[in-house]
Amino acid sequence: MADPRSDDLRAERRFAWTLVAPALATILLVAVFPLGWTVWESLHRNDLRMPWLGKPFVGLGNYAEILADGRFRGALGHTALFTALTVSLEMVLGLFLALAMNRAFRGRGVVRAAILVPWAIPTVVAALLWRFLFDSEAGIVNAVLVGVGAVDEPPVWFINAATAWVPVVLADVWKTTPFVALLLLAGLQSIPTELYEAAAVDGAGRWWQLRHITLPLLRPALLVALIFRTLDAFRVFDLIYVLTGGGPGTSTEPVALYTFNALFQNLRFGYGAALSVIVFGITFALALLYIRGLGVSLSGEER
Amino acid sequence: MKGGGWGRWAAAGALALLVAFAVFPFAWALVASVTPEAELFEGGGGWPRRLTGDHYRALFTERDFWVPIRNSLVVAGATTAFCVAVGSLAAYALARLRFRGKAAILGFVLAVTMFPQISIVSPLFLLLRELRLINTYPGLVLPYLTFAMPLTVWLLVGYFRQIPPDLEEAARIDGATRWQTFTRVVLPLAVPGLATTAILTFIYCWNEFLFALSFTLGPERHTVPVAIALFRGQYQVPWGEVLAASLVATAPVAAVVLAFQRRIVQGLTSGAVKG
Repeated sequence: MADPRSDDLRAERRFAWTLVAPALATILLVAVFPLGWTVWESLHRNDLRMPWLGKPFVGLGNYAEILADGRFRGALGHTALFTALTVSLEMVLGLFLALAMNRAFRGRGVVRAAILVPWAIPTVVAALLWRFLFDSEAGIVNAVLVGVGAVDEPPVWFINAATAWVPVVLADVWKTTPFVALLLLAGLQSIPTELYEAAAVDGAGRWWQLRHITLPLLRPALLVALIFRTLDAFRVFDLIYVLTGGGPGTSTEPVALYTFNALFQNLRFGYGAALSVIVFGITFALALLYIRGLGVSLSGEER
Repeated sequence: MKGGGWGRWAAAGALALLVAFAVFPFAWALVASVTPEAELFEGGGGWPRRLTGDHYRALFTERDFWVPIRNSLVVAGATTAFCVAVGSLAAYALARLRFRGKAAILGFVLAVTMFPQISIVSPLFLLLRELRLINTYPGLVLPYLTFAMPLTVWLLVGYFRQIPPDLEEAARIDGATRWQTFTRVVLPLAVPGLATTAILTFIYCWNEFLFALSFTLGPERHTVPVAIALFRGQYQVPWGEVLAASLVATAPVAAVVLAFQRRIVQGLTSGAVKG
């Protein structure tokens, strides 16, 4: 005899799958299927400039070539440098900003509004604003530097790898610190105030409270922000495409831009696909770390 | 409020500095966008001697900036509408219904939100070329679903979880079917969440660059970020027009963000802060 409760569960399950199916099918079709195709493509030589060569299977040939590719190693180094610089600056500044926003009770709305706008605008626009600030002729940075006598000749920021990184890093910090700050602020606001009150009653100082209450309880939020930012910084494309184009030469070119150039400038689709797979592999490893390490509640039971 | 004395003043001072840092590039761009081209290159700094609307005029007459705006609106709008419609169904099931594989699907959705776009750009290009969709609107909407769909589902799951389940149970006891419960009880309650999700998804689509750059060929299909990034003058960057265009692209996003800032912040942080 069928148990009506289990009938009900079965109906619920069927209903659930009907609702999930369209979205799931979309994601599989537009994201997972192309990813599989990338892997397949990466095992072939596919040079769109020389279509008469066909698409011979080359096994791991493309990957072997990448291992010996100095420009790829360079790109990986630039990406790591960019990620390390921007993420560490953004975490420190973001924490500082969140702590300050959590304390100031008046004007919090104004601050939030002011810092949200850089986050919300297109990265391309952010890059252009900073490119203008650092423009060798029209830029205000040079005008100020010359004005205060810090330099005799206005520097040309974008012709030298070391100086080209300055606007790149500043622009990224400007654009994404708000996101970090808001994540951390939400974390701060979820810490019960009673903890601080109790600590204050026990005579604990502000510094002690920060070290023993705030930071430990903020750990999950800090970790989320850290991993989100790391993944994002590792994929950097728009910002550098617009600010330096990867130059001078290829001295600021990150892996995403190198991959893009291999695909759409050199039209080497097999090689570009192999680069894509490597970028994906690194990002996926980082993402797994996030999902595992944080134990984000996925089961539906909140907190 | 906690604390007082100099600590609060220090915090306020630091915040004021940061606000200035956040706002300055916009203010500077605004000034430059109404400065005559010749003055711009006399060396930066200084208030313009004469204000001009030339850059904005040139933007909409010579450069047809309406075209990328229309393209962006169509592509971002279509993507958002599709994602919210389809994503809300899935999100409700994932938030509320009991079925096996739920946690796995949620983990999968979260993982896809972190996909690097560059890793699927080459097969998408080959696929769209095969389907003759390069340089078309569907040729952008389709790739945009790769990031917009998982984002929408992930955000909406958070909102559906916040709706009290008692109302659904009451509706079921009153004899409503599951579908009726969803459409007549849950969806109306979820409207604020759906709106916030739509806003965030729209912003992500409006700002997208890599796919739009890879899958469009000419100015007739360029989106706003691509159009601005590819602005070129004959000899130098036409800064006046570039900055005018940047501000035009920023204005709607800024307006929406300012109008809905509380909700947007909530939406942004809800998925991430539990742990």
